[in-house]
Amino acid sequence: MSASGPLSTDGLVQVLTHTGQPVDHPTFSAYAAQLGAEELREMWRDMMLVRAFDNEATSLQRQGELGLWVQSLGQEAAQVGSGRALNGNDFVFPSYREHGVAYTRGVDLVEVLRIFRGLQHGAWDPQAHNFHLYTLVIGSHALHATGYAMAMSRDGMVGNGDADKDGAVVAYFGDGATSQGDVSEALTFATVYDAPVVFFCQNNQYAISESVIRQSRVPIAERARGVGMPSVRVDGNDVIACYAVTQWALDHARSGQGPVFVEALTYRMGAHTTSDDPTRYRDRAEEDYWSERDPIARLDAYLTARGELSDDYRESVAAEAKALGERTRTTVRSWERPDLLTMFDDVYALPHSGVEAERAWFERYQRSFDLQGAAQ
Amino acid sequence: MTTMTMAGAINAGLRAAMDRDPKVTLMGEDIGKLGGVFRVTDGLHKDFGDDRVMDSPLAESGIVGTAIGMAMRGYRPVIEIQFDGFIFPAYDQITTQLAKMHYRSRGMIQLPVVIRVPFAGGIGAVEHHSESPEALFAHTAGLRIVSPATPQDAYDLIQQSIACPDPVMFFEPKARYWDKGEVDETRVAAQLDAINGHAAGTAEMGSARVAREGQDVTLVAYGPTVRLALQAAEIAGQDGTSVEVIDLRSISPMDSDSVVKSVKRTGRAVVVHEAPTNFGSGAELSARVTEQAFFHLHAPVLRVGGFATPYPGAKFEHDYLPDVDRVLDAVDRVMQH
Repeated sequence: MSASGPLSTDGLVQVLTHTGQPVDHPTFSAYAAQLGAEELREMWRDMMLVRAFDNEATSLQRQGELGLWVQSLGQEAAQVGSGRALNGNDFVFPSYREHGVAYTRGVDLVEVLRIFRGLQHGAWDPQAHNFHLYTLVIGSHALHATGYAMAMSRDGMVGNGDADKDGAVVAYFGDGATSQGDVSEALTFATVYDAPVVFFCQNNQYAISESVIRQSRVPIAERARGVGMPSVRVDGNDVIACYAVTQWALDHARSGQGPVFVEALTYRMGAHTTSDDPTRYRDRAEEDYWSERDPIARLDAYLTARGELSDDYRESVAAEAKALGERTRTTVRSWERPDLLTMFDDVYALPHSGVEAERAWFERYQRSFDLQGAAQ
Repeated sequence: MTTMTMAGAINAGLRAAMDRDPKVTLMGEDIGKLGGVFRVTDGLHKDFGDDRVMDSPLAESGIVGTAIGMAMRGYRPVIEIQFDGFIFPAYDQITTQLAKMHYRSRGMIQLPVVIRVPFAGGIGAVEHHSESPEALFAHTAGLRIVSPATPQDAYDLIQQSIACPDPVMFFEPKARYWDKGEVDETRVAAQLDAINGHAAGTAEMGSARVAREGQDVTLVAYGPTVRLALQAAEIAGQDGTSVEVIDLRSISPMDSDSVVKSVKRTGRAVVVHEAPTNFGSGAELSARVTEQAFFHLHAPVLRVGGFATPYPGAKFEHDYLPDVDRVLDAVDRVMQH
């Protein structure tokens, strides 16, 4: 693998090697030490469940139950590790692959599939989970995150030194998004307004088929230096390191010191979406290299070596994963399209004569078929 | 009643809205100490401070995008795009995010963002400073598009727009900024106070206004061309043609019912705007009138507006823009039927 440019491993924060051996980090080991055996087991469980769900959704797409699926396969550590560092006041602006983060925010993953079954564009209450809807236009939400964080500052939610009062915003996006103007503008706005934002870039090395070397010639975290924002690069397949780095970044933002940039170097083990075919643009050797660095296997090895993953625990998680898969299948298949007229709902908060006129016309048009049917 | 310029009326309306609701926050380029390049926000920074009147980085997408985020936390951002032709860096945020968030969230997220856009020409400016892009936005579901033609409407509409739970694009006819008129400040205040400043009651916002009554031709205009339409109506009246002038005030929704009602009486319609006529709001209005008043029409609906060229250099603009003669020419043509 390339050892320079955006795939450089120089300065990458790790607390576990890819075979699960612990390593010390002068700054981040202290944050990692906050996690006891129980929390680490829960992280392993979270990643197992998210992956089981992800695989189930892929199958449902293949069976024609979903129009499309966006796999999170391989990015479980970056998502679960960072997601578990958040507290109740923090607010997340995800891109569209953050199923692992959604899970840590208490979103029922099955509900996410309403989007991919073509029933609606947003599928959960953002305020109930402090987790905004998925944004499909790459990088647009980095600005929404920044504005939201500016508002949190105004609302007195930073720098109180009180965990119950302070909060921050985390914006998740990928390596491709860093080429978008909106992400650059977000870095500028967040800096000049001292907004409490953690920009969390999952560098999964691919924007559909394009390698990250088409997005940048330097490590992506270097972008932050240009606006004077502190940044850190972390091994995105090391769930403990991702937790530690995010905890540090959140502390920084919540305390009123402004935004932080985190780059988690990971690998998109699956396709971009179920419509994609990675065999056309990357080779097997590369995929094999990264499957040896599977984020779940790493934590598994670490916990197993310490005797922290009993057979009973493994079996109970396997049963939980199986039940989630079954519930996902059953629920998705039960979803019918709502009444057609609901497509006219919520275009505006107040009635709009243009929409209302078309709704009324369409309703009459539909009813005309009923009358013809009744007449026959 | 107070005599105000349109710029002064918008300024007074912004001030009233900021006094009414502490969540109303202004953002834009040069709107702070300078008071905006047209001085529409003059004095507001001094009285409300950095937190309520924010000079922003020079990035239109960033301004709209961060306003969306602030609105999600309950703020009511009123942002200024310095000139019409500079709105396009924000086109993505406006059309894919601002316009669609309420629909995407099935009504869970309201974005009460107002985008003020000084627009249209006639001021002898350089490229990108005289455009009329309203139809581009009216074509996007989820946005409300308004444009005042008088100080009174400017004063009322800016406050109604700020109170509205939907995103509103507020197109200010910059050549009319210094036109004076009488403003009754009590009307909109009473309306908004009755609903605690948050409008469930801004139905009037989408309505047209009969600016002059007449019998022979319905002449429809909005924003910068309302004054022009009234001038044309005056001259036509001296020649024996009675012209009814309708000021649309709102492009989305478009109060075509008021126009259709008028056309059913007059049998003739002409629509005039500064934007190019092709694919413009006049084309939409013409289609609606034809669909809804076809058997009342004595003549085809005619459009008068800018040409299908980029906005030309300042030495050409008075011939590019519709003027009284072009409007009267169209009135004559519909009267020949």
